[in-house]
Amino acid sequence: MDLLGLANYAVFMAILIGIYALLALGLNIQWGFTGLFNAGIAGFFAIGAYASAILTSLPASGRLGGYELPLVVGWLASMVAAAAIAWPIGKICLRFRSDYLAIATIGIAEIIRLVIRTEGWLTGGVRGVTGIPRPFGDLDYMPSQVAYLAIVATLVLIAYLLVERQVKAPWGRMMRAIRDNELAAAAMGKQVEARRLQAFVFGSALMGLAGALFVHFNRSVTPEAIDPMIATFLIWIMLILGGSGNNRGAILGAAVIWIIWSVSELLTDRLPTEVAVQAKYARVFIIGLTLQLVLRFRPEGILPERQAGSPPHR
Amino acid sequence: MSFLEFLNFHLVPGIVLGSVYAVGAIGITLVFGILRFAHFAHGDMATLGAFIALALVTAGLTPWAALPVAMAAVAVVAIVVDKLFYDYLKARPKIMTVMASLGVALMLRAVVQVVFGVDPRTYATGIVRPDDYFGILLRDRELYTLAAVVLIVIGLTLFLRHSRWGKAMRAMSDNPELARLSGVDNRKVTMLTWAIVGALCAASGFMLGINNELHSMMGWQVLLPMFAAAILGGVGRVEGAVLGGLIVGIAEEMSIFILPAQYKAATAFVLLLLILLVRPRGLLNGKVL
Repeated sequence: MDLLGLANYAVFMAILIGIYALLALGLNIQWGFTGLFNAGIAGFFAIGAYASAILTSLPASGRLGGYELPLVVGWLASMVAAAAIAWPIGKICLRFRSDYLAIATIGIAEIIRLVIRTEGWLTGGVRGVTGIPRPFGDLDYMPSQVAYLAIVATLVLIAYLLVERQVKAPWGRMMRAIRDNELAAAAMGKQVEARRLQAFVFGSALMGLAGALFVHFNRSVTPEAIDPMIATFLIWIMLILGGSGNNRGAILGAAVIWIIWSVSELLTDRLPTEVAVQAKYARVFIIGLTLQLVLRFRPEGILPERQAGSPPHR
Repeated sequence: MSFLEFLNFHLVPGIVLGSVYAVGAIGITLVFGILRFAHFAHGDMATLGAFIALALVTAGLTPWAALPVAMAAVAVVAIVVDKLFYDYLKARPKIMTVMASLGVALMLRAVVQVVFGVDPRTYATGIVRPDDYFGILLRDRELYTLAAVVLIVIGLTLFLRHSRWGKAMRAMSDNPELARLSGVDNRKVTMLTWAIVGALCAASGFMLGINNELHSMMGWQVLLPMFAAAILGGVGRVEGAVLGGLIVGIAEEMSIFILPAQYKAATAFVLLLLILLVRPRGLLNGKVL
């Protein structure tokens, strides 16, 4: 591979890492700071993806959409749509232990998948949505990629700073108090359910935005683009390995896991076709095993959560 | 539509599907009640059981003879999985075990996909015509499925009510600390629970496979209905899981009267949210975690 090719590949990877970093930050709000188990990340991602796609794409026959609205509207809509789905689920399930939320989010992700496949008038069915605009898409390949990377990086930075600010504020301390000792927090007068709902909805909105960034990058979206279980699981691994409760850890985890995942894909693609299918699933096995190993030997992740009041390096 | 048509095309399939869900939901309710976490690898353990039975059938056994062997095999798998991936997490918050079980689900499925491939399979080829029982059409395999489910439920209920170890399991479900102080060995009860749960997984996977077809996602796809059934009946209640399983199974088959057929799978989700909203303890007053 020549130098330019390598640079192209690096930019491409960096954009995807940025999108995954947003997802991991969203999950960090839910799991890292609040202890909520969202097992349907792919569902919220898909909602955001389709919401923005439908609002901003070029007109096409046979499906809703083609409003050609500005990108910002699409991106805001992707966050609102994901939040709107998260709210009722959270409202019902957050009264109980997080196991129930996990079951319900698996369910909602499955139903979103069904709706996307079935409701052709809305989502284009299996053909998906095409003709989605991309900011700076008219430039040459390389400048356009770099420009998109800049947009993604800016959004990740904004999300990071906002979340970081919230976490350091009294809000963050309250969330950790609720996570670590719900009873004590409730006794102090904190509204446990309402706060959890807040975190769940905020986190889901970020996941929706990541979905929008993903489709505008690809210029199209099909139901196959989002594999519910593997997508969800990759993000969990990113957060746990990077360090749940630590935003920098979430971003680092996204980078590490995405690089390992795509490089292993490059390797398995070179295998002869007889074993390529097996290798594909063996990769999934290894991802599952990685989670077990991290949980066992480094449950705090690469960058552990910093405790308030203690120096950053212990 | 005549009454018999309704019976044959909707109610009977609903009961068959529901009793398969019931077997899965019993396992979920036992883990939920005794070990106190939502076991997300349950469906994929069922897939593994179904495919182990397939391997035995390919080796020459008849399907129903392969079932007990597969049940024993998955019982061992469940114990090993617990020892390797769940046991060391027991001092940590239970939600960590839930997460580990999600990883195990992915791993078990990957094993099935690597060993058996991803194409749909069946235990026996050819079309079986149903027999007529006073107007009710039943295939042999459906009859055997119902009989097997009844046997499993009666056997398990007797075991839990009357045997020493069954009582120990119920004691641990009620209050693990108190059970330990009364001399119940929590570790042995945990092992026993996993053996039973593994066997139940294999049974539900096998019955799902024999009444339809086997594929690597089959278990994952029934995870939600099985959880809905367990919560609907009341977590920790075996008879609740049976009731819940039947309700979810019948509701799924009836859903086509009000929903497009593609949304059959959404029925369980709606039932789950409804019960959490109005009666989270379930119909038969189970636990709420």
